[in-house]
Amino acid sequence: MAGFSATRRNEDPRLLLGMGTFVDDVEPAGVLHAAILRSPYGHARIRSIDVSQARAHPAVHAVYTASDLGEFNQPAPLVVPHPNLTHGRTQRPLAVDKVCFIGEAVAMVVADDRYVAEDAVDMIEVDWEPLPAVVDFRAAAAEGQALVHDDVPRNTAARVVQVVGRPEQAFAQAAHVFTEELFIERSCGSPIEARGVVAVFDARQRSLRMWDNTQAPLTIKNGLANMLGLPEFSVDVISPDVGGGFGTKIMMFYAEEVLVPWAAVQLGRPVKWTEDRREHFISANQERGQSHIARVAVDAEGQILAIEDVFVHDTGAYTPYGMVVPIITVTQLPGPYKVPNYRSEFTVVYTNTPCVSPYRGAGRPHACFVMERLIDRIARELHLEPNEVRRRNFVQPDEFPWDVGLPFQDGAPTMYDSGNYPAGLALAEETIDAAAFRAEQSAARKDGRYLGLGFAAYVEGTGIGPYEGAHVRVEPSGQVFAATGLTSQGQGHHTSFAQIVARELGCDPAHVTVVTGDTGRFNWGAGTYASRALVTAGNAFGLAAAAVREKVLRLAAELLEVSPGDLELRDGKAMVRGAPGRELSLGALATAANPIRYAYGKEASQAALRLVKPREGAVLSGGEEPGLEAQRFFAPERATWASGQHAAVIEVDPQTGDVRFLRYVVVHDCGTLINPTIVEGQIHGGVAQGIGGALYERLQFDDNGQLVNASFMDFLMPTAMEIPDIEVVHLETPSPLNPLGVKGVGEAGTIPVAALVAEAVEDALAPFNVRVREMPLSPARIRELLEQSV
Amino acid sequence: MPDRRMVSVIVNGRGVERAVEPRLLLSDFLRHELGLTGTHVGCEHGVCGACTVLVDDQPARSCLMLTVQADGASVTTVEGLASSPEKLHPVQQAFWDAHGLQCGFCTAGMLITTVALLREHGAPSDADIRAALSGNLCRCTGYQNIVKAVRLAAERTNGRV
Repeated sequence: MAGFSATRRNEDPRLLLGMGTFVDDVEPAGVLHAAILRSPYGHARIRSIDVSQARAHPAVHAVYTASDLGEFNQPAPLVVPHPNLTHGRTQRPLAVDKVCFIGEAVAMVVADDRYVAEDAVDMIEVDWEPLPAVVDFRAAAAEGQALVHDDVPRNTAARVVQVVGRPEQAFAQAAHVFTEELFIERSCGSPIEARGVVAVFDARQRSLRMWDNTQAPLTIKNGLANMLGLPEFSVDVISPDVGGGFGTKIMMFYAEEVLVPWAAVQLGRPVKWTEDRREHFISANQERGQSHIARVAVDAEGQILAIEDVFVHDTGAYTPYGMVVPIITVTQLPGPYKVPNYRSEFTVVYTNTPCVSPYRGAGRPHACFVMERLIDRIARELHLEPNEVRRRNFVQPDEFPWDVGLPFQDGAPTMYDSGNYPAGLALAEETIDAAAFRAEQSAARKDGRYLGLGFAAYVEGTGIGPYEGAHVRVEPSGQVFAATGLTSQGQGHHTSFAQIVARELGCDPAHVTVVTGDTGRFNWGAGTYASRALVTAGNAFGLAAAAVREKVLRLAAELLEVSPGDLELRDGKAMVRGAPGRELSLGALATAANPIRYAYGKEASQAALRLVKPREGAVLSGGEEPGLEAQRFFAPERATWASGQHAAVIEVDPQTGDVRFLRYVVVHDCGTLINPTIVEGQIHGGVAQGIGGALYERLQFDDNGQLVNASFMDFLMPTAMEIPDIEVVHLETPSPLNPLGVKGVGEAGTIPVAALVAEAVEDALAPFNVRVREMPLSPARIRELLEQSV
Repeated sequence: MPDRRMVSVIVNGRGVERAVEPRLLLSDFLRHELGLTGTHVGCEHGVCGACTVLVDDQPARSCLMLTVQADGASVTTVEGLASSPEKLHPVQQAFWDAHGLQCGFCTAGMLITTVALLREHGAPSDADIRAALSGNLCRCTGYQNIVKAVRLAAERTNGRV
């Protein structure tokens, strides 16, 4: 079988022509439009709501508040429960009595069009009693703070202590112990397409069809069926083209994913809701936001003996995702390094801010920032280059599988499957020419320019279970159709999955049409998150296509009267090796696989006449099935571990605090590459988001929980001016845990950027002795650090 | 009944006459009145650039423009670029060849901005390209392959777009 290669994407022509289907493009006949009244306060009691004026508007069809929903207004499920999450709380679709963050949904209007719906939202009168808000998560658990939830003392959802080895003993015996206090700000995924839902209820069939740009349509479908009292069989959720997700678009459930279908059932009319950008900033989930005190014990050579990390994790107003983010932080903090003794203690606290759930990186950028800051501290104290400290502590290529000693986010052991970290770092050093940098740096300093070199290394647990599935079918036209339950938000699944199928079937990937995120087309699976799609669904496609391949070979061998071993699949045909012209196309075989003696279309009908022979007795016997199709599932036993090393040369202008990248190098290992161009694209985007998080993006809340930079004007995402050329070098250490040998790549690019920027800024500003202990580093903050250092 | 005004606009070369509310955004008119959903709306406050269309050959944010302001104007949307679904516009082709898109949501704005750039500037430098694209946000690509696609389109078209 041939290998994989860079291929242009199947999904691009329709997207380029403006013929994609995004949720807001779906416009069913007679559709009504919803708008949401959201809390203008971070924390407030609702004394009363008067909707009479809004209801009286002639173009308004309905106004719903919590009391109108009654029993339907239940708290959302807590998706990932954990025994230590003693005070988990989830939100209701519409707030009852009290709101806990700005943006929390309070009422919904359904009207003839969105303009009117928004007018009517403004007509709703709420008598608010503002309450003191908890915003600074570092102080949230302190005595005397206001309570986000009246029944959660000290705003503490959970406190978790985990220990590997004997850290106390190691600290007592260490040559050196260093402590760092580190802080990472709140940010958000900010896909350019905000959220949206369109629901159509068919009262005759009692069936619901919903378009929702979720990353997990199957979970939404099954949950909705339960809430609405409909059979799962009668609910379909379609996640069509989705304009970026980054974790933000997976939530069970956002209020609107419950309210919009509810209204469609109540009103017997299609209902649509499209989020605007301001709503997205205040009501969609966010992430980052941790404060760490980390201690490291080392021997005289800089070998890490133990780490103790105590941190506070801000979960916002609720815990819809349990403790997934801090658990990832804990398990990924050791990164590519051997940490024989490790104590981690974290507290999850509520604040009056929007909910926190995974955003690209999901706890890893924080973990990497902490670990790499410790590496830098060790290097500085022991007068070593940071990369020397890295090398002395890396897990070595012959030490896999490597057990970190803690359960990962999926409950399985945190056990690295494969990798080669020293080789990756050497490649990064070579590519960026680290050896020549110090001379360049001192020459530049003579000209008053401050250059800095930074590295960072990370691992990423990817491709977790439980499982995904795939269905592959060859049609009489020779076209191949393939479906899976998970979704695509730009990752190129319609191409990578097609390549996997095409390789098995010996056809052109362009002839494989992949369907994602349509529960009517594939009914099993979990969703696209945690860099898992390629590992889980990709391997399921491989298995399903291999099963079809076997059917193709069996049938072709029978019809061509050879043994299957004499056949090869190439150019969309089964060919007898060494006998030119003795061949059957996949289309003809698909026709022949259906034992009906007619078919549609010239070629298919000829194939049917020629190939479908009369048979005695039943045409299908012994469990035979018609057609060239198969459905298979892949359930990984545990996560696969991608890894990488980034390197950059930056220039800092001490006058303005501006940071500019002169070079950016990524060495990345995600196992077998299916489509290098797509993998590089994923890394590029990840790095850009990492740069955003390192230098620009910070959600700024005032003391009342008001988000003061809720627009693209004020929340600064990098533009083409800020992102440098990114040089990507691939290493391929296949995973032993799945047939394709692949590992996930979705989040990788983002993880080490903040850590790398910290090292590079300190290096550039070494003459000023600047210490970086937080992210992001705005120009103003760099100026402050310079002023403090002098 | 809300007040409505007649507007007459040429959209992708075809004349359209409609009675619209004065407050109707051009982006909503294109998307929901004319069904030209290729133009996307990312922020509704004129920053992200996803909704960029050409109004009398100049790039404009259709979310910051009222439909009534386009009365008498000629508007080109992404649907107006290719001569047929089988024959992509050179800029579209370059974006396909260079993997200049991932989710495809910002893409229409990127394409229109690029067409406007290349009409002004046959052979833009990388700095010109980045400056021209700096009003269009993309969250997927890190702009790497978008810049590459624009360069490729410039090389192939040599000022004739």
